[in-house]
Formats: sequence, C-alpha cells, structure tokens
Amino acid sequence: MTVESVRGQAMPVIEARGLRKTFGSTVALDGADLRVDEGRILGLIGPNGAGKSTALNAILGLIPYQGQLRVLGRDPWAERDVLMNDVCFISDVAVLPRWIRVSQAMDYVAGVHPRFDRAKAEGFLARTTIKRASKVRELSKGMVAQLHLALVMAIDARLLVLDEPTLGLDILYRKQFYDSLLNDYFDGRRTVVVTTHQVEELQHVLTDLMFIDRGRIVFGCSMDEIEARYVEVTVNPERVAAARALKPMHERQALGRSIFLFDRVDRQQLEALGDVRTPGISDLFVAVLENAAGHPAAATRANYQGATR
Amino acid sequence: MNSQSNVVPDSFDAQKVVPTVMAETRPLYWSVRRELWENRSIYIAPLAAAGVYLLAWMVAVMRLPHKWRALSGAEMIRRHTIAEPYDFAAGLLMVTAMIVGVFYCLDALHGERRDRSILFWKSLPVSDVTTVLAKASIPLAVLPALTIMITLATQVLVLMMSSMALAASGQSVSAYWEQLSWFQMWAMLVYHLLTVHLLGHAPFYAWFLLVSAWARRAAFLWAVLPLIAIGFIERIVFNTSYFGRMLESQLSGGSEAVPFPGRWPLDPMTHVTPGHFLFSPGLWLGLAVTAAFLFAAVKVRRNREPI
Repeated sequence: MTVESVRGQAMPVIEARGLRKTFGSTVALDGADLRVDEGRILGLIGPNGAGKSTALNAILGLIPYQGQLRVLGRDPWAERDVLMNDVCFISDVAVLPRWIRVSQAMDYVAGVHPRFDRAKAEGFLARTTIKRASKVRELSKGMVAQLHLALVMAIDARLLVLDEPTLGLDILYRKQFYDSLLNDYFDGRRTVVVTTHQVEELQHVLTDLMFIDRGRIVFGCSMDEIEARYVEVTVNPERVAAARALKPMHERQALGRSIFLFDRVDRQQLEALGDVRTPGISDLFVAVLENAAGHPAAATRANYQGATR
Repeated sequence: MNSQSNVVPDSFDAQKVVPTVMAETRPLYWSVRRELWENRSIYIAPLAAAGVYLLAWMVAVMRLPHKWRALSGAEMIRRHTIAEPYDFAAGLLMVTAMIVGVFYCLDALHGERRDRSILFWKSLPVSDVTTVLAKASIPLAVLPALTIMITLATQVLVLMMSSMALAASGQSVSAYWEQLSWFQMWAMLVYHLLTVHLLGHAPFYAWFLLVSAWARRAAFLWAVLPLIAIGFIERIVFNTSYFGRMLESQLSGGSEAVPFPGRWPLDPMTHVTPGHFLFSPGLWLGLAVTAAFLFAAVKVRRNREPI
C-alpha cells in the first residue's frame, strides 16, 4: 500500500516513466513521462508525428517499448489480453472488419468479452438506423463509428482509449459521438484518453490536457487549472506596449489587433487592457509549442511576423 | 493495490467472478466461429465440389448397370472398379479441402493486417495464442472433420443412386452391396486423412500461417519460393536432393504410413501400417516443426501492426 492510497487519492490508471520507442533511427517516444488518474478525461494533443499514436499503442500493449509503463497496474506488452478485460479502444473508424455483420460483431464481442452487456449495446443500436443483418461494408462511415461506439460503451471497462475516433466524420456525427460518450458512458469512475486534431470540439469534454511534441510530454494541466492560469487578451494597438510589459507567453495578430496569452497574470490587471477570455486549446497549444526552444514552428512564426510588420 | 477495491463498487467484483470461469475455452470457440463467418469457402467449397460430383454421377450412373453386367475377372479387380466412384469422390473432396486450407492459411494472418481489423481484434481480451490456435484449427481440425462428413454423405448418395439404377434395370442390388467393402473403404479414408492430410501436411499449414503473419505482401511467393530455393541451393552446392525428397515424403504421407503408394488402391488394408507410422521419426519431427512454426506465428502476430 502506497502513501497515496492511504490518503485516499485516486490511483494512477496509466503511469509512464521515461517511455521510449524508436523505429529504426526515428525516435517516436523520447522519454515521455505521464500519469493519468482514475476518473479523468484526458486529451492528448500533438502535431503529426509527435508520438501520440505510439504512446497509445504502447499503453494498449500493441508495441514493445523501453522505460517503465503500468496500465491498471499491469505491463501492457506482457499482459495485453488480460488488460483488455478492463481497457477498450477505438483507434479510428476503419478498423471494424468489413465482412462482419452487425449481429455477428455483437455475438463475437459477447462471446469473448466477460464485461460486455449485450442488452445495453442493443439499446444504443436501437437509437440508430443500423440494421442487425447489415454488413459493416454496407454501413456509412458514421454508422460504423456508431456501431463501434455501441460495442465499446456496452463494455464495463475502466479505461477507454480513443485514437482519432471521429476522423472523417461529419460534424453531426462528431457531436453525437462525444455527447453519447459524456452522457451514456462517462460516470466519473472511468478514465478516458483521447487524441484528436479537432481539439476545439473536445474542449468542453476534457478534464485534463496534455501536449506531446517530438516524443515528449511538454505540457500537462487540468482544465480547471487552465481556466485559472491562462488568460487571452485582445488588445487595441495603443495598449500593446503595456501588454508586452506584463511578459505575455505568446503574441499574435488578428484583424489589426494583437492577441496576447498570459500565464498567471492577475485577471483584473488584464481586463484593463482589453477583452479577456480563456484561451482555446489550439491557441494554447501553439503558444506552448512555439515557446519550446528550437522548435521549427518558432522560426516560421518569426518569419511570418517579420513579413507582416 | 487496496485502493483499487475501495474505488470499485461491489457489483463490479461480483461480475468479475462469473466470467473468469467460462473464459478458458469460450474465446477459442468464438474465434473459430469468427473464422467460419469470414471464410465461408471453408464449407461452401467442399459442398459445391460434392454437389458437382453428384450431378456428374447422376449422368454416369446410367452406364452402371451395363458396366456391372460386363464385369468379370478376379474379384480384386471387380472390387476396385466398383469402388472407383467412391474413391474418386473422397479424393476430390480431399483435394478441395487442401486447396481451401492453403489459401485460407496464406490469408489468415495477412488479411486482418491489410484491412486494419487486427486493431479491433486486439482490442478484445483474446490472446495471440488463442487467435493463432483458432486459425490453425481450420486446416487441422475443421476441414478434416468437414471432409469426412461431406465425403460420407456424398458416398451414401452415390450408393443410393447406384442401387436405384441397378434395381431399375432389374439387377441384384445386394450383390453390388456385397462387393463394396464399406468398412474397409471407410477405414482407409479416415486413415489416409489422418496420416497424410492432417499429420503429414500440418507443418505446411503451420508454415503458411507463419508466412501470412510475417509477409507484408505476396504471401504466396514468400511461402513457396524459399522452399524451391533451398532445394535448388542444395542441388547446386551438394548435388543432393534430400530437402526436396523430405518435402515430397511429408506431402505424400511418407513411406511409413502407406509403404507402396503406387499400388495403393488394389488391396489397401495390407499396406496400412499404423504402428510403423506412429514410431517414425518423420511424423514426430513434422509435429515438432508444426509447433515451432505456430509458436513463431504467435510471436510475429504479437509484434505486427496494420500494413
């Protein structure tokens, strides 16, 4: 029994220390450290090739890795099949086999998964227009995602991993997907880890946020903390010098006005400068990544600003 | 790990107890069913072959009364002539099952990577061992069992049609039945299927499964070309052909199971030497190779990602 559990804190669902993975000479994960506690909905955000999918694959026991990694107290690479009793994942909409019938998919999951509640899955499907006798290849992309989500939500798992779950879906399906996830699945006891490029849609869903860049976790913060710490201010040209004096972490131009992002600066002080709001995930992401020394995006930004001035 | 049980409500633990009891064989059972859903050719192809054969026999049976009347010579030859359609049906179904088995194995662990569905299968609590065993059971258990059942059904139908044709032309059906030694025919069929098609061919099926787990594309070429290459290299370097002969003997069931394959149909029972076969090193070597290939296939599948 650890000290933490005596205190009654949530135990980590995922704990990684110095997670490393290389493919030939390419370093996909370069000593990533992360910890996800029970009952959180974590968004793992990063540019293409940052190591998001590699990290998730390691967590799911799909690839071997170096470093320490425990998921629900188990080593995922050594115990993938046992771990999958408690972990579900949707890696993207295309992985359901095209030849399988909806009824067969239900039969199979019911057959092999001890925690699958068939009645629940049937209930979810009843809300859609998916027919039991259809094959997956006959369904639209959105329907395949609905089917997969119905299968996964009927499993009483402790960790759900979503890797670009809504890729290629239209906006209605995307909204529906996250709504069902929040309303029908998430109960505060389960943990969800999700990666996506459509970050703004996720903002109201997440409880925690992590940025990954070049194989490392460069930022990790709860959404409450983000709300308390970060402030975005749209400043009119005459106040720009005053805003810069407060040491913003990032500055960008939009429609002739400057938008500053501040970390831990008094809100009242900032309200005097202009319109104040909580930054969007993508703006925060850009600011954090560009502040990282030597990042290629920083050079691009310098050039861009030079050109506009 | 006490914190875990504190967080999880009681109903969660209660659910946990029941499933672990059934979990042992259920995933394997459902994995085999899954294979049959995906690859319906496993049973459709033998059924179609049997159907085509029966249609052909419906025509050929017209000539049977004439042939039966004209039969003469030694009893052995007559018996052989009469048994021919039955042996042919069995042979046709065995060849069909072999073709289906080979193509099934070459695609079994390749197709799931090609269509990325391996990510779905791996998201379920089914081990790689269970998956590979379920796939191996298709050529090593399901197809042999289906072959026996369909062959039996076909032969019974051939017998009924023949009897009707003979009865219609006013000849003795009982004499015909007497000439057909059912037990012997059946014993031979099962023996041949077990020794040659199951035990003899097992290493080949396991090798094909391994290649399908490993190859990124052109699984068929990867499966066949190395075997040919080894034979060639042996020929050039040592001027011998042990490897080729070994494959040939494994494919034909080896001299241990049926010592004189060339003269087999004449009086099969005298050539059946199961004792000899059971103690032959070739059999046990073949089984060891099968196990090694399947083990390797499990390891490879574990590492593989979608193509």
